[in-house]
Amino acid sequence: MSSLIKKTAAELGELIAAGQTSALEVTREHLDQISKVDGRVHAFLHVDVEGALAAAKAVDARRAAGEKLGPLAGVPIAVKDVVTTKGLPTTAGSKILEGWVPPYDATLVERLKDAGTVILGKTNMDEFAMGSSTEYSAYGPTFNPWDLTRIPGGSGGGSSAALAAYEAPLSIGTDTGGSIRQPGAVTGTVGAKPTYGGTSRYGLIAFSSSLDTPGPCARTVLDAALLHEVIAGHDPRDSTSIPAPVSPVVAAARQGMSGDLTGVKLGLVKEFMSAEGAEPGVVAAFHAAVESLTKLGAEIVEISCPNFVYALPTYYLIAPSECSSNLARFDGVRYGLRVGDNGVNSLEEVMSLTREAGFGPEVKRRIMVGTYALSSGYYDAYYGQAQKVRTLITRDFQAAFEKVDALISPTTPFVAFQLGARTADPSSMYLADLYTIPSNLYGGPAISVPCGLSEGLPVGLQVMAPTLADDRMYRVAAALESTIGTLTPPEL
Amino acid sequence: MTYADIVERYEPVIGLETHVELGTRTKMFCSCPTEFGAEPNTQVCPVCLALPGALPVVNAVAIESTIKIGLALNCSIAEWCRFARKNYFYPDMPKNFQISQYDEPLCFDGYLDVEVDGRTVRIEIERVHMEEDTGKTMHIGGSTGRIQGATESLVDYNRAGIPLIEIVTKPVTGTGAMAPEVAKAYVAELRDVLRGLGVSDVRMEQGSLRCDVNTSLNKPGEEWGTRTETKNVNSLRSVERAVRSEIIRQSGILDDGGKITQETRHFHEDTGQTTSGRSKETATDYRYFPEPDLVPVTPAREWVEEIRAGLPEMPRVRRLRLREAWGLSEHDMQSVLNAGAVDLIEATIVAGASSEGARKWWMGELARRSNETGQELDALGITPQWVAELVSLTDAGKLNDKLARQVVEAGLNGEGTPGEIMAARKLEVVSDTGALLEAIDAAIAANPDVAEKIRGGNQGAAGVLIGAVMKTTGGQADAKTVRGLILEKLK
Amino acid sequence: MTAISREEVAHLARLARLAVTDEELDMFAGQLDVILQSVARVGEVAAEDIPPTSHSVPLTNVFRPDEPRPGLTRAAALAGAPDSAEDRFRVPRILDEEE
Repeated sequence: MSSLIKKTAAELGELIAAGQTSALEVTREHLDQISKVDGRVHAFLHVDVEGALAAAKAVDARRAAGEKLGPLAGVPIAVKDVVTTKGLPTTAGSKILEGWVPPYDATLVERLKDAGTVILGKTNMDEFAMGSSTEYSAYGPTFNPWDLTRIPGGSGGGSSAALAAYEAPLSIGTDTGGSIRQPGAVTGTVGAKPTYGGTSRYGLIAFSSSLDTPGPCARTVLDAALLHEVIAGHDPRDSTSIPAPVSPVVAAARQGMSGDLTGVKLGLVKEFMSAEGAEPGVVAAFHAAVESLTKLGAEIVEISCPNFVYALPTYYLIAPSECSSNLARFDGVRYGLRVGDNGVNSLEEVMSLTREAGFGPEVKRRIMVGTYALSSGYYDAYYGQAQKVRTLITRDFQAAFEKVDALISPTTPFVAFQLGARTADPSSMYLADLYTIPSNLYGGPAISVPCGLSEGLPVGLQVMAPTLADDRMYRVAAALESTIGTLTPPEL
Repeated sequence: MTYADIVERYEPVIGLETHVELGTRTKMFCSCPTEFGAEPNTQVCPVCLALPGALPVVNAVAIESTIKIGLALNCSIAEWCRFARKNYFYPDMPKNFQISQYDEPLCFDGYLDVEVDGRTVRIEIERVHMEEDTGKTMHIGGSTGRIQGATESLVDYNRAGIPLIEIVTKPVTGTGAMAPEVAKAYVAELRDVLRGLGVSDVRMEQGSLRCDVNTSLNKPGEEWGTRTETKNVNSLRSVERAVRSEIIRQSGILDDGGKITQETRHFHEDTGQTTSGRSKETATDYRYFPEPDLVPVTPAREWVEEIRAGLPEMPRVRRLRLREAWGLSEHDMQSVLNAGAVDLIEATIVAGASSEGARKWWMGELARRSNETGQELDALGITPQWVAELVSLTDAGKLNDKLARQVVEAGLNGEGTPGEIMAARKLEVVSDTGALLEAIDAAIAANPDVAEKIRGGNQGAAGVLIGAVMKTTGGQADAKTVRGLILEKLK
Repeated sequence: MTAISREEVAHLARLARLAVTDEELDMFAGQLDVILQSVARVGEVAAEDIPPTSHSVPLTNVFRPDEPRPGLTRAAALAGAPDSAEDRFRVPRILDEEE
């Protein structure tokens, strides 16, 4: 294995800027690693060899011309296939978009290109980001580099597995109920969900509009922060984008790396500690990490957030409701799959056959649950009530942040499970997001950082911070990383 | 059964839902242009094609225009409201949901007063809300170009996403036989209000103002009947005809002991009849919910007041004011309105003309030309300043009526200002008394018998001599002056 | 107690334009029943006087200036279409005038 692919994005950026290596060299080594291991990992749905090499050469040319390069110029990155890339196929892991080539770039992709990062390709995911294992991809699952018989988390399993398999030092994920953080936890990588509205959703294929948040995935906290800084910030094309400066996430990560958390008060969510479903090994690794945080100077207190226990049902009403509407546009009229257009069938029949053939079972389930929850007669009891409970969960967070700087919990109740272990029972899969969902409902930032192993598999610790205080979670996560270190997966 | 008999026995209740395409430069939620008649699918972008990942952003001018409309219709303006998604599948709607407003319209509880046969009827406005237009569908393979019998359809999304304002009245009761005229007068008044606000070009024939008319009948003292919703009503005349035809049709069913089906009906311009569309009983569940991609709209009260202060005078108020100022009968004012001459006459008066003078030319020679050529009055190439100059020349006696007409003729041919035309064509009243007396003497000499009659007290006979003098002077004499001189001479 | 019947699932599938098979109907009916009973737990929370949260960001009045910008070319607009004719998107015959 070459030395370049094991380096962090920060290191690669420095080497390229200093001329000690070239963007082309770095890109080639990552492309080599992809061709070497991705047959087994299946992190990628599409690898853009030509585009990546051209982008790398352009960065090298800029450097040769004397241009000062940004910290991530020339650094390769993988983008979750739910984000539109002009000229590059984008499927959201669904058959219904097979072969679709977007005519436009998502805002964050524009920013990645402006920063000089080199887009290697598009990563695998649960169809339309609905799932926690990447098994619901229409193009086959992704395998966890720690153990190829296990899931890499979801929905962004491709983005996290690519990091753990050293196919890319950085990747983009999207987090609606934990789709960045939970894959990060089970692959031993870092995944951050920024404040909702802190990163633009323009060009992110919508699952649940009021929850979807794009964010950075990396192998180190500092790398995640560097990527966060590139993609975050106000976008006038997204009405829910916050017109405020991005908090100093990179500085906060560097501060955290010093390993000092003196004066920082962290809250343990009491309801999560008593919740059923967390594996003993996960609980043990988490408590050991809490111990480490205490040693770094953090003060730990227990905080009650009584409405968090309703986060899961609240989420499974709001997200399906919004998705039932968001996914209506996939009808075989303007783009994507069309099935049954035989000159006899009516448009209505062709639409129904197209959607039946184009969507997988989990997507259909959620569309139907959402259709039900929004129906007249059920709206008040389901969607309407869920929005009220969402308010109460938000109030729990606000009350907690009056007492502590950030909340901590395990990222997910269990380590990477075997493929197929939870697909038969959809609700057992939903438990994977038990601890991650509250932050999505509230809108605040949250990060998963590796905190140890259980049965030889990675466990993640989640830091949840107040809205717009993204810097705070980076500081805590970086501090923990400074004592625990990054986790190294077995060689593939 | 005559219409008069029907409205003796049934009371019509009507309601109108009017859709107005705003005249903004760009669409409601994206920056695509809104030109009418562009080549298909050339005014589209990821947002209005509903490409995966695209997001809507609200057009500021659309909000302002909606508030203007609300204020002009005496509505309250919401302090807080949201957009909502109306979910249903249809190929002309790219997202398969329409962004609209549901239970939180931007404007609500207003009214519009309209005049019908000298009577003022107050139409209560329930709500004014924002939504987006759909694309246009072309049906292929059928014999009529209609959807029935078509084998396929073609969709153009240029119109998809154009800002659409829906103005909904409360049920209008107590108008009796006048219901069809009231419906028409309301739409006409609404059109004038919207045009005056400058928020839409309100062209029914281009579909920028579209009307759905609800009609029901009930016997006096009984509850309201089942209503039908007539769509596709695309001219003022059709609004009136559609209501009348629905009243007649429904009364026929009720007279036979039948029941009215709650349904959508379509109005056909050619036959003047409505035919059944989709039954409302199978109406779908639209599953409205707040649009998560857009944030609430909370117009600042100061902004609303600023908009209110900038509103133009409402057409009805202005009409009454001008009618009074110009001293016109209701009938004459109506003629001026029908000719589209109000603004032109007003501007001519502002430019210095008397109201009689201004009206005389705009409603006379110029209106005649407009009728002949089919051009609008304001497209004739004659400006209010031009007419004001003409009036001042005639008032000063420099032009008589005949000469003035020649000047107008030349003006319509683009020969310049009245002054320039007079100079170029040497058209001026002959005011040289010596020359006139010479011509008068010649006329008397040529018509001794007429001169005798005048001397005998028959002043009416002077016309012959005046005519002769005018002929001699090539029409450039002032007839009044000539008459005075003749009568003086033959006293 | 079941929260949802097979017939209701069939109705939802029609509303959502999903031509589900009979086997799927059986499967979904059972799964949706479990899911709906589970999410119905939100009803346990006393929240009558609580305002609903539709957006987690406290933003209002986000508007865009009314200035035209170039969109897609017609070729780009139609590039992804499963079928097109006469510069328009072609669709099979439409059954009803409106859903």
